[in-house]
Amino acid sequence: MKKTYKIEVDCANCANLMEEATRKTAGVQNATVNFMTQKMIVEFEDGQDPKAVMLQVLRACKKVEPDCEIEL
Amino acid sequence: MTKKQRIMLARILITAFMVITLKFIPITGILQMVLYLTAYLVIGYDILKKAGKGILNRQIFDENFLMAIATVGAFSLAIYEQSGDYVEAIAVMLFYQIGELFQSYAVGKSRRSISELMDIRPDYANVERNGTLEKVDPDEVEIGSIIVVQPGEKVPIDGTVVAGTSSLNTAALTGESLPRDANVGDDIISGCINMTGVLKIQTTKEFGESTVSKILDLVENASSRKSKSEDFIAKFSRIYTPAVCAAALLLALIPPLARIIVMGVTPEWGTWIYRALTFLVISCPCALVISIPLSFFAGIGGASREGILVKGSNYLETLSKSKYIVFDKTGTLTQGVFEVNGIHHNTMEEERLIEYAALAESASSHPISKSLQRAYGKEIDRSRVTDIQEISGNGVIAKVDGMDVAAGNAKLMKRLNIEYKDCRSVGTIIHLAIGGKYAGHIVISDVIKSHSKEAINSLKRSGVEKTIMLTGDAKAVGEQVAATLGIDEVYSELLPGDKVTKVEELLKVKPEYGKLAFVGDGINDAPVLSRADIGIAMGAMGSDAAIEAADVVLMDDDPLKIAKAIRISRKCLRIVRQNTVFAIAVKFICLALGALGIANMWAAIFADVGVMILAILNAIRALFVKKV
Repeated sequence: MKKTYKIEVDCANCANLMEEATRKTAGVQNATVNFMTQKMIVEFEDGQDPKAVMLQVLRACKKVEPDCEIEL
Repeated sequence: MTKKQRIMLARILITAFMVITLKFIPITGILQMVLYLTAYLVIGYDILKKAGKGILNRQIFDENFLMAIATVGAFSLAIYEQSGDYVEAIAVMLFYQIGELFQSYAVGKSRRSISELMDIRPDYANVERNGTLEKVDPDEVEIGSIIVVQPGEKVPIDGTVVAGTSSLNTAALTGESLPRDANVGDDIISGCINMTGVLKIQTTKEFGESTVSKILDLVENASSRKSKSEDFIAKFSRIYTPAVCAAALLLALIPPLARIIVMGVTPEWGTWIYRALTFLVISCPCALVISIPLSFFAGIGGASREGILVKGSNYLETLSKSKYIVFDKTGTLTQGVFEVNGIHHNTMEEERLIEYAALAESASSHPISKSLQRAYGKEIDRSRVTDIQEISGNGVIAKVDGMDVAAGNAKLMKRLNIEYKDCRSVGTIIHLAIGGKYAGHIVISDVIKSHSKEAINSLKRSGVEKTIMLTGDAKAVGEQVAATLGIDEVYSELLPGDKVTKVEELLKVKPEYGKLAFVGDGINDAPVLSRADIGIAMGAMGSDAAIEAADVVLMDDDPLKIAKAIRISRKCLRIVRQNTVFAIAVKFICLALGALGIANMWAAIFADVGVMILAILNAIRALFVKKV
């Protein structure tokens, strides 16, 4: 399953870091962060609850970039 | 400017003012240090805070941490050496913040301007209720509703015209400035601007499924498919920052130790630590990381204004490397409509010959009979035709106005024992015998698009090595079209499946460095479009299948756009390369000069911020593609 989220991030490198952190989160198959459109496309593994996974994703992203926001 | 940006601007101005004033006030010692420290904190407190958080989160190598180390280090050095030169640390922080502010402003601005250019999203739809027009959200309009589009308004939803005539401006969709006519019964697509008359349209799709929504979706998501250049930058920046930090540490330790142990002179710790701190200032890969995606985003945005939709940065990259262009003939280079192109050896007036042929073939639904009827141009009076007899694979025999008329190929003439004249023209030949006597023949062939020849020429000028045409048509037809257009190779009499096989063969023989692009009209060539390195679909306005299957979609069916698309992609990739090389080169030169002690921290921060600003400005150039 794929879902798109609106994000807020100031610098392009931070967007890359967020992408990496999201990919490493359990339950996430793949993720792309689009800095230019301020969007995050997350592909979840089968049988995962997107809401629960996204909370982990948000936590992981906050770690690499305290300033970022993800609209869940 | 956003609130965040305004606050940052205020902090920058306050700090700059404080630093300049302090320069002229003759105070020294502790008081001077405290005042400078205040200025430093005003500009840098958030960086220090973020650096602290980074350490707690074990994210050591982020730019905040490096900036904090570099400036705190410089500040401490000034205290330790009692030089009173606190300005440097503040200046580095100041320029760093100016750079960040510029970046966020420029990126925000260009993002907005690109989205505005592509702003074809209609805000409302007019629905007639109880005799008055109501503006409603296009999302709420159901399929089959009647909407009214007034002059100057955008068509919000795909549909069919039920009343009114007008001309439509499709420039936002196709880049084509010539208006299109819209009459009752015409299908029109959303995103066009109604120019002259009021149109009533019955919607055939929901807003979400309409052309305009699909295009917006496609372009917005395009930059999510990352190119190799972007992957390279992501990998590079992952190594670059830790590597520079490690180098800085070595620079701070090894030369002083070497001086004591090997050379036996004073270690000069201060000098080497200062040089190491200079390294840290240059360690952020910001210029690269921001300018490459921005270039692609601008390139894709610019192309879409010309009616060229590129589905991803990676496709833009592949497109720029296209060396082999494979065309489908019908519908791509030719119009795909068969027209009467010649009448030869006729024993009666051309109009009458066409009239007889059209009447005789009137019962047939074959494309040939359709084109004869079009050439005839008048209503067919079926009552004039009797005794129609179709001879499969040969033609038709019928009585028109009581006279025997035979219309068909050479086989039919032989069968009827009528002497006929061969034709040298290429196409489908219809021989006619009227009253048992040969009356001439009509040549029907596909018409080459007016821009096709120019398109092939312009592709060759843009460095395409080989142009190849695939067609299901007869060899003679294929070769004639290829010769007229100047196409290098032609493979004819191919079934749809053969086209895939042929493209696979070509993929094997093409040179390693080049890519193979396939251009089709998106109708029944979806397998070939996806098999080629890059699939380009033409004339896709309103065709969902083509938009699905292709990587690059040309909204109108002008073959000249192919060369234009390639040139746009080349320009974009050129900018990407310039930025990559320029940013990396400047950083390495600065690192080298910093290590030698030639460049100080001022130079380093100028290099860092300056490169980024130039790279961003250069990236925005990719948006301007009108004259490419």
